[in-house]
Amino acid sequence: MYSTTYHKPASIEDAIAALNGGEDTKILAGGQTLIATMKQHLAAPSDLVDIRAIGGMSGISAAGGALTIGAATTHAEVASSAEVKSLCSALCDLAGGIGDPAVRHQGTIGGSLANNDPAADYPAAILALGATIKTNTREIAALDFFDGLFTTALEENEIIVSISIPVPQKAAYAKFPQPASRFALVGVFVAQTDDGVRVAVTGAGEDGVYRHQGLEEALGSNWSASAAAGVPISPDGLMSDLHGTAAYRANLIGVMAKRAVAAT
Amino acid sequence: MTSIKMTVNGKSVEKEVADQTLLSEFLRENLRLTGTHVGCDTSQCGACTVHVNGKSVKSCTTLAVSLDGAEVTTIEGVANGELHPMQVAFNDNHGLQCGFCTPGMIMSGIDMVNRYKASGQELTSDAIRHELEGNICRCTGYHNIVKSIQDAAAKM
Ligand code: FES
Ligand code: FES
Repeated sequence: MYSTTYHKPASIEDAIAALNGGEDTKILAGGQTLIATMKQHLAAPSDLVDIRAIGGMSGISAAGGALTIGAATTHAEVASSAEVKSLCSALCDLAGGIGDPAVRHQGTIGGSLANNDPAADYPAAILALGATIKTNTREIAALDFFDGLFTTALEENEIIVSISIPVPQKAAYAKFPQPASRFALVGVFVAQTDDGVRVAVTGAGEDGVYRHQGLEEALGSNWSASAAAGVPISPDGLMSDLHGTAAYRANLIGVMAKRAVAAT
Repeated sequence: MTSIKMTVNGKSVEKEVADQTLLSEFLRENLRLTGTHVGCDTSQCGACTVHVNGKSVKSCTTLAVSLDGAEVTTIEGVANGELHPMQVAFNDNHGLQCGFCTPGMIMSGIDMVNRYKASGQELTSDAIRHELEGNICRCTGYHNIVKSIQDAAAKM
């Protein structure tokens, strides 16, 4: 790994100052992607700004029909949270299926969202649940947040502070893991919310996470595994790689959607 | 370079390290605690698993500087005069062959037993297999590792 300078600010102001002070600075939230990327020399930030010591950055609370999860909350904390379990257990299942136990002890929800890996699990949940991403400067609706592979609406040096998730009526996540990486080869998050049914697909789209209109329409009029099974899934715009062709992924989307609905 | 202070296996240590030093490098090269193995160096194999503040982490994917003030336990620190029940169980159940993955297996095993006990869940053999997702063994076929962890869970 190339040399870097580490900062551990205790406040957002200090974090912003550190981020603006370096030549090529990166935010470190859990490091389970960033450190691996730095080891491969795919990233060589001059400065790392660790946001985990900033007060209020981690933790889970529930109020007014919404769950709020701090950006530096680890996957293990979400997976084992009694509050999340009672209000949106699909999120516990999703968090508990990311990577492996040691990765879950360090990886964070904010880090996962900011990275927007096209095969990451959290983006599917955040999009399907219609969450709001709060940063140090503004609030961004999930619909406006994901912007293609590894790209988000975040400005340079903007810091995610927390994620606010409206409690759904019903929700579930089904994932077909890529056996080596444990990332989603295809993951489908289905949710019945106050503004209707949303279905988000990760691992498959060439531009990253996306909503599947056909599945949303079918499940909006009939919430059942058989309704999901009847939806034709086009392979257009889906990824093809050595793990699976676009047609294989299209088929998996239907299968995962069916499994997710059956699990609600 | 940054000066960091942490407690490793109950002893306080203070060292000057380059900011990009991995915890695995810090343990092996600065502290000469070579029981923590580096198998893949890419977060997959789990041979480098240690405990930070009581939780399992992959030391190859953790920066030492980020752990100023932390408590770290490595395989060298789990025996307390006599072998830890997890170590005894690996011995009794033939849970290792070449032994390369074993430090990570033991650290992950202790972590999972502690978590399941704390939450009152039963650690079934299926659950152990699932929990071992991030620990790879090229020798044993896992069967005796699962048996070892189950045996230790009953004694811990
Ligand atoms: S050496 Fe760290 S996971 Fe393999
Ligand atoms: S005993 Fe040889 S790698 Fe596990």
